[in-house]
Amino acid sequence: MITLDKVSYTYRSGQRALTDIDLNLEGGDFIAIMGENGAGKTTLAKHLNGLLKPSQGRVLVDGEDTRKVSVAKLSRKVGLVFQNPDHLLFSETVKDEVAFGLKNFGFAPEVVEKQVMRTLEALGLAEYAETSPFLLSGGERKRVALAAILATEPDYLILDEPTIGQDYQQKERLRNFILQLYSQGKAVVMITHDVEFVAESNPMVILLSQGRIVARGPADSVLSKDELVKKASLVRPQMSRLFSELTKYGFPSDVVDVHRARILLEEKLSEVKVRVAQNS
Amino acid sequence: MSLRTLEGFKFSTLKTPVHLLDPRTKFLIVIAVLVPALLFANIYVMIVLLLSQIPLLLVGRVARRWALSLRAGVFLSALIFVVNLFTGSYLSAIALTLRFLVLLTSFSLFFMTTSPDDLGLALDRIGAIRWLSRRWLGYPNALSFTFTTAVRLVPTLAVDAQTVVDAQRSRGLELDKGNLLKRVRNYIPILIPLLLIAIRRSLELAEALESRGFPGKEGRTSLFQLKLRPVDYAIIAFSLVAITGSFWVFFHYKIPVL
Repeated sequence: MITLDKVSYTYRSGQRALTDIDLNLEGGDFIAIMGENGAGKTTLAKHLNGLLKPSQGRVLVDGEDTRKVSVAKLSRKVGLVFQNPDHLLFSETVKDEVAFGLKNFGFAPEVVEKQVMRTLEALGLAEYAETSPFLLSGGERKRVALAAILATEPDYLILDEPTIGQDYQQKERLRNFILQLYSQGKAVVMITHDVEFVAESNPMVILLSQGRIVARGPADSVLSKDELVKKASLVRPQMSRLFSELTKYGFPSDVVDVHRARILLEEKLSEVKVRVAQNS
Repeated sequence: MSLRTLEGFKFSTLKTPVHLLDPRTKFLIVIAVLVPALLFANIYVMIVLLLSQIPLLLVGRVARRWALSLRAGVFLSALIFVVNLFTGSYLSAIALTLRFLVLLTSFSLFFMTTSPDDLGLALDRIGAIRWLSRRWLGYPNALSFTFTTAVRLVPTLAVDAQTVVDAQRSRGLELDKGNLLKRVRNYIPILIPLLLIAIRRSLELAEALESRGFPGKEGRTSLFQLKLRPVDYAIIAFSLVAITGSFWVFFHYKIPVL
């Protein structure tokens, strides 16, 4: 379990980035952290594996205070995938890139080999194993960066803007992948602006604004509230905008995803059909 | 080495009398400090040169960050001192270490109080640079633009460097682990992404510039004009006297270390 206990963080320049953040993260959790640019999302992510230490309060990873443990040790448990893959790719081949973390953590060569191929296959990158990561497209590089972290099988996976630069099919795959991970008992935290992606995946949503948590709850209850969403400089997902116009027909106002919308509409339509049949 | 070293060379937007001086004037001050510092290896000369810059640092309100850059220079100063102990007397070692601090201070003062924009304008006014740029790159202001861009990108690169370090540490990289050779090799995963980011950025910058019509035609005008004020002329005159004076003393007298 990762526990953030009244965490505040102030940058050396004096800029306050986080104020009084309380958060618990357990295996099986799926959390989306959303908020305006500069709300403190990435700063918060960097606290989870000890890259940043809180100015006040504390962060415990499986009971250990991040101030007392090295980042290398914490990274075994907490995998942080950075937003821009260009900040981490450096190897000659995709295979070496994915093996880098495993080697740093001291795995045996045969384990490294096996784990690398398994991860590449899972992310649809196996055909690029011997290719230079720099020859890949932006979206592919981003998946290599994800593979590089996933290969070490962290218990907690933190993804910083994973959907940027991915086409719709890749986003769909990513969603399924995340689903697989947290149903296997891993914790997944995703930092994102992508309301539609969040609406369709229905995680727990934490809204950050100016370094404070302004709302938390299931995606459908948070993302369907205009005043909350505006605070974080987001817009409501399309389904939510549609259904808030339809409340006069008796629809609930907290519909955010296509799946639930379909069920509700089907019910309504069959009701109408029955009524039309009775009248005629 | 930390990124804080760069703090002592970074421009900050203030409007002090030192900031308002013409960049050409300030550069001449640097030369006026440089010339005696390099001509004489005398402890008193170095101390005078060091102390004479302190009022400028205070008026320019950059003394605190100057102290930061000095702290970053401690390691190098110690190295210079030790190396010179082997090759000369301890007095000359002190003088040479002080010389390093004098040079560090004058460049730090110049870069902390001169905006890259002003610097570019000043370079653009220097005929020799325009001529060289035209011969070499085909356009009179390409060279000065290159220089100011390089200066301007230093802080951006520093931010990137920090992110790369963070990203690799998150993959279990421990920079200060292992023997000397291993430690040097530890920097490969930092340097390669950084280099590629810089190259990619420069290509993008080139495209962005071209799409905005850079470098334009010969008679390019600029929005801001540099103008020398009376105080600039006074300082320029003083600096020129100091420079010629230094040379005169150098050719007529022999100055001992102490």
